[in-house]
Amino acid sequence: MKNFSYRFGVIRGLGVTLSHFFQTYITDIKKGRKHYGTVEGIEDRRQADTDGIFTIQYPEERLPLPEEFRVLPFLVYDDGENGEKILRCTACGICAKVCPPQCIWINRAADPVTGKPSPHPADFNIDMDICMNCGFCAEYCPFDAIKMDHDFELSSLDRGETHLYNLEKLMKSATYYASIHPTAAALEDAARAEKAKPKA
Amino acid sequence: MTEEMLINPIEKLTEQFPADWLKADERSGYSGYIVQREHLLEFARTMRDDYGFDYLSMVTAADYLEEGFFEVVYYAYKTIGGPALVYKVQIPRTDAVVPSLIGLYPGADFQEREVWDLLGIRFDGHPDLRRILMWEGFEGHPLRKDWKEPFFEEDVKPYKSRWPEGKPVFIDKENPFDDNVQYPEGFDPDHWTPDQDTLLYAGLVKKASNEEFKTDQLVVNMGPQHPSTHGVFRMVVSLEGETIIDLKPVMGYLHRNHEKIAERNTFLQNMPFTDRLDYITSMSNNFAYALAVEKLMGVQVPERADYIRVMMAELTRIMNHYFATGFLLNDLGAYFTPSLYSIEERELILDIFEEVSGSRMMCNYFRFGGVVRDVSDHILKKIHDLVYDRLPRKLESLDAYLTNNEILRSRCEGVGVLTAEQAIALSAAGPILRASGVPYDVRRADPYSIYDRFDFDVVTGNHGDIYDRYLVRVEEIRQSIRIIKQVLRDIPAGPIMTGKPPYQVRVPAGESYGRVEGPKGEMGFYIVSNGKPNPARYHVRAPTFINLTSLAPMSRGEKVADVVVILGAIDIVLGEVDR
Repeated sequence: MKNFSYRFGVIRGLGVTLSHFFQTYITDIKKGRKHYGTVEGIEDRRQADTDGIFTIQYPEERLPLPEEFRVLPFLVYDDGENGEKILRCTACGICAKVCPPQCIWINRAADPVTGKPSPHPADFNIDMDICMNCGFCAEYCPFDAIKMDHDFELSSLDRGETHLYNLEKLMKSATYYASIHPTAAALEDAARAEKAKPKA
Repeated sequence: MTEEMLINPIEKLTEQFPADWLKADERSGYSGYIVQREHLLEFARTMRDDYGFDYLSMVTAADYLEEGFFEVVYYAYKTIGGPALVYKVQIPRTDAVVPSLIGLYPGADFQEREVWDLLGIRFDGHPDLRRILMWEGFEGHPLRKDWKEPFFEEDVKPYKSRWPEGKPVFIDKENPFDDNVQYPEGFDPDHWTPDQDTLLYAGLVKKASNEEFKTDQLVVNMGPQHPSTHGVFRMVVSLEGETIIDLKPVMGYLHRNHEKIAERNTFLQNMPFTDRLDYITSMSNNFAYALAVEKLMGVQVPERADYIRVMMAELTRIMNHYFATGFLLNDLGAYFTPSLYSIEERELILDIFEEVSGSRMMCNYFRFGGVVRDVSDHILKKIHDLVYDRLPRKLESLDAYLTNNEILRSRCEGVGVLTAEQAIALSAAGPILRASGVPYDVRRADPYSIYDRFDFDVVTGNHGDIYDRYLVRVEEIRQSIRIIKQVLRDIPAGPIMTGKPPYQVRVPAGESYGRVEGPKGEMGFYIVSNGKPNPARYHVRAPTFINLTSLAPMSRGEKVADVVVILGAIDIVLGEVDR
């Protein structure tokens, strides 16, 4: 065994911890009450020059979610004039084909008169236990119909068929989409308006 | 070794050998040499000793079911740098035996076992050819093209049952009790004793018991459930007192046959799966896979995307090395306080990843021909603040507290030593190899992407012990900061993607190997395409899996408490080791 004096190593190590400990008080006194529980306080604790307490007191405090954050897909519908929900989905099946774990099942609707396939989903199922949150479906959807959600607090008391989301459970309004993805929604709306113009 | 061979080695290789030994691989999209099985050993020895290909980076095999043969593929490099020497052996499926290269390159050990396990190719002369990833009672070799898993649906995705008449199938209901494993004939799980464990214990080095003190050798299983093993990993350690006589790692508890899944997937669908290999460094995995497929497709990546890729890869390296350093202290017994301090920096980097890619760890950020989305000025400002202010400052304080800490030094200096020759022979990669004094860094030795534009130093150690590995990691953080500063200075405006990407990419037939210098070592993807939407063969060269080959040589003669630190210094991630 080498003849090292371990005392100083231990003391210095404890010193590091202690300095971290006291730093939290110094920062707290400097920043005052607004350092906790407020949006500015949380933002301040995430900056590169932060010191003192680093953690966020979830669930009382929440980290702001970036716009690109992605958990579980949902289907976007537009509100019609009479309050009906118009799904953007055309049941083209690209999301089902590109899905890496193959967790999307789409049943394309048929025209009741002719029996020919019509561009609407009769049924749309996503198994949320299988979904790996990769975001491919949203990325490759040509109609901006399927998008990634921000709601990550998904615990439930039982697993199984409650995690198999059907069309009804998947539908969320375009207003909701615009509220969680403001920049992307504005860009897409502009692009769609541009596309619709020459036709009109 | 003549000077001429060093400069111009493999151009006219067929002329250097008798005509029936080897021929150039002339299939379209393929490269390298096809060596006759009988002459493989002799050829490999000549290439190692006379031509300087001393580093066998990867051994794998591919099943060509339609053509009726297996192809064992070897990628050898020179540690002084340069492109690969690729040689292959084609063997009929009915007679799947190849001579083992373990005598020439001990680093082939685990890789040959993996090929035996997954493809059923026997390596003649391998001393310990047991299954490595699958469980011992498993029947069949899953990567053979004619092997089908339970709940087999179709050969390739996308499955036809999903669209246009998709009816959800609930897998829990499909699953008859415990019946999703294939047992060998006459197997009774209730009365099964694992023979392989007996074999495993028998394979440990024996030492004569000490008559004077009546001591005996003791076999201790560390893991699979053990806080020191960074996951579900088992080390069978044979001890005399506290000194380790021999050690055998047992892995595969987290095995999910990533490669079989990937061969069912389309090329694009594999991208998010690569995140889940080494889940600490998903950006680097994305990078290597994108490079491999782009090489086949012949896509050019826009300038800006290249800079973004390098920036993300280097941020990943910083994050990983912080993590590794923190958990090294954890393994030394300084529980969690130091590792949480070092995770603070990782947290800030993860915030950046979340903002650009949408997810903190499962980034899925790279696409063939670019990246998913642009990096805004706001994020560039954040990265700027990190690399110019916080990271150097925090790194200095880490350095000040740790580098000369008596406890760290006495626990780490001279422990787990790997000499340069050993490290090369064992195909170690990354900080392990460089800490042993081998200046081999893929970024410099065989530059990919735009790494040839940046100024950085290849960091090496002198002693090959744990302390040097720590020092190499700390210094590599500094070099990464240096690279990111250059990226921020030079990053041009422009597109981040060539064209609008289709959801089905067309990949011409051929093979390719894309590799990057990941934070843990050489991360590579070997891909064979037959022109269809799915890869015909997809192999991951997982750096920590191969680095584990050197665990036993490093641990012999050390104390049992040091094994934990030695393993911690390899910095394994079981998601990648077990695949």
